Amino acid sequence: MNRLTSLLGAAVASLALFASAASAQQITGAGATFPNPIYQKWGEAAQKANGIQLNYQSVGSGAGLTQARNRTVDFGASDAPMAAAQLEEHKLLQFPTVMGSLVAIVNIPGVADNQLKMTGELLAEIYLGKITKWNDPKLVEMNRGVALPNLAIAPVYRADGSGTTFVWVSYLSAVSPEWKSTVGVGTSVKWPSGTGARGNEGVAGTVRNTRGAIGYVENAYAIQNKLVSTQLRNKAGNFVSPSHETFLAAADNADWSVPNFAANLVDQPGAKSWPIVSPTFILLPKDPKDATRAVNVMKFFDWAFTNGTKLAEELEYIPLPKAVQDAVRASWKTQIKGPDGRPVM
Amino acid sequence: MSSSTASAVSDLAATRGSSASTGDRIFAGLCKGAGIFVLILLGAIIVELFIGGWPAFRTFGLSFVWGANWDPVAEEFGAIVPIYGTIITSILALLLAVPVAFGIAYFLTEISPMPLRRPVGTAVELLAAVPSIIYGMWGFFVIVPLMAQYIQPAVIDSAGELPLIGWLFAGPPFGTGIFTAALILAIMIIPFISATMRDVFQTVPPVFKESAYGLGCTRWEVMWNIVIPYTRKSVVGGIMLGLGRALGETLAVTFVIGNANRIATSLFGPGNTIASLVALEFGEAEAGSLKLSALLALGFILFVLSFIVLAVSRVLLRPRAGQ
Repeated sequence: MNRLTSLLGAAVASLALFASAASAQQITGAGATFPNPIYQKWGEAAQKANGIQLNYQSVGSGAGLTQARNRTVDFGASDAPMAAAQLEEHKLLQFPTVMGSLVAIVNIPGVADNQLKMTGELLAEIYLGKITKWNDPKLVEMNRGVALPNLAIAPVYRADGSGTTFVWVSYLSAVSPEWKSTVGVGTSVKWPSGTGARGNEGVAGTVRNTRGAIGYVENAYAIQNKLVSTQLRNKAGNFVSPSHETFLAAADNADWSVPNFAANLVDQPGAKSWPIVSPTFILLPKDPKDATRAVNVMKFFDWAFTNGTKLAEELEYIPLPKAVQDAVRASWKTQIKGPDGRPVM
Repeated sequence: MSSSTASAVSDLAATRGSSASTGDRIFAGLCKGAGIFVLILLGAIIVELFIGGWPAFRTFGLSFVWGANWDPVAEEFGAIVPIYGTIITSILALLLAVPVAFGIAYFLTEISPMPLRRPVGTAVELLAAVPSIIYGMWGFFVIVPLMAQYIQPAVIDSAGELPLIGWLFAGPPFGTGIFTAALILAIMIIPFISATMRDVFQTVPPVFKESAYGLGCTRWEVMWNIVIPYTRKSVVGGIMLGLGRALGETLAVTFVIGNANRIATSLFGPGNTIASLVALEFGEAEAGSLKLSALLALGFILFVLSFIVLAVSRVLLRPRAGQ
């Protein structure tokens, strides 16, 4: 009995120790899956640099939104920007952290990486089920010099609700009025044709296994898994390949002066711009109950803006322009107010 | 003298009885509480699902159950596609699994040599111990490419050209689809059905079988005319048990079913089941939205479906009177 009691006491004491160690400088976040790799990397690096421990759960933008609204986490993350009215209602500050790009991947025998030329309108028609064969006259005309076989097109989409889908259908809606009116934009839509797969991995795997398949994944994924991507025609009429240069060109042309940093980088003008680039957002409560934790969140992202650029580029994300980072810092100072009504930072 | 001893004994018994009965009473109370807790939990789940799904039922009425339109952008939800997918994959899985399970049970009870019975029986039961996510991954990485590259193109080219049933095998060879999902489900429910069958086959009184053999019946005749009619109810109960498992299977199906909110006429076409639809879309459904309510309503429908199937199987698997 004595030994049992002492063992129990030791267990409780060690738990208490762990609890106190964990609460020191820990911040919690939940939401989008798209930036999850870079947030985890930043979390590891920040812990070594300034001791802030990040606990980020990539449960999906919708769940992240819910948790941010209920204040069960210190910050939420969403690939799709929130409507201004909703941000007002739930007292959330929205700011971007990184940008990413989407590419279309194909599996056509004989077609090499970045060889196939596509346009947004044709992509919309493929996903609407109107173009069903790879040797359709419209595709052949655009790709003289590429032998397109008589193969059925198998469109693949994200079955789970996802910010990646949101960006993809935003692009399709921007370039195709028919897509906009029949299907629309959302993290999960009513796909007229094709088959779904779970996660980026699922889409890539399905495209790789099915001859004649076409899908969309984040660029990081396409590069790391050596998938066959396509060229796209941008707003200026040029066919561009997915590369750091074209992503930066799109990001530079963006208009960041819109309210709540909700810049729409899809289908940007510019000779070299890649058409499908999108920022990902953080939702921070404007009236945090615990000012210290809110300060830690802002310190973490401040560190990420200053020192995390190289990590982001290694993972094929696009860092925010410096002007935008400064604007974000300014908004922290003015918008986040503690319980006493004074700015926290 | 005897009365005082008797009273002393009865006093002793009384004191021991009261402390023993307090301990007994506490223990009995705890057990009763545990049982009642489980019932309350079950009731709470049903009520929560129904309350959560009420906005969807109220908005769409009963047409929610047979609506075919799942459009999150326009906020129109109809459940017929996942319900159809759930039922069709489960029934197909049963069609594939029952003959195999019957074969396994028959082999293990009648044909196999005695040394083989334990290893083979254990191996089949180990299939039930494999986690369903492993089935999903194995299905996605092994079965789906196999189907996409060899089986589906072969079947589509041959059976897909036949006049009357060709439409059953049409479409591009995605590899995923209703048939693949049914295949994986069949492998998952075989252990349950075969274990039940094996157990009930062994309860047939030997005198029946010996008499039949004595009259000159073959093995198959004994099985078909003696064993199966005797165990029919329990066999059906075992099948319903497998069906109940197949109805609720989530991850294994999500990976391989193709996730399309349309009813495909082809067996190789993509579809959706209730469990896989809820698993995929739950994360992105915001609290208080109509989509979340529709998903909870779907959960309620699945719960009712599984409950009915499992209740019927329990009734059929009751031990016979006098056993």
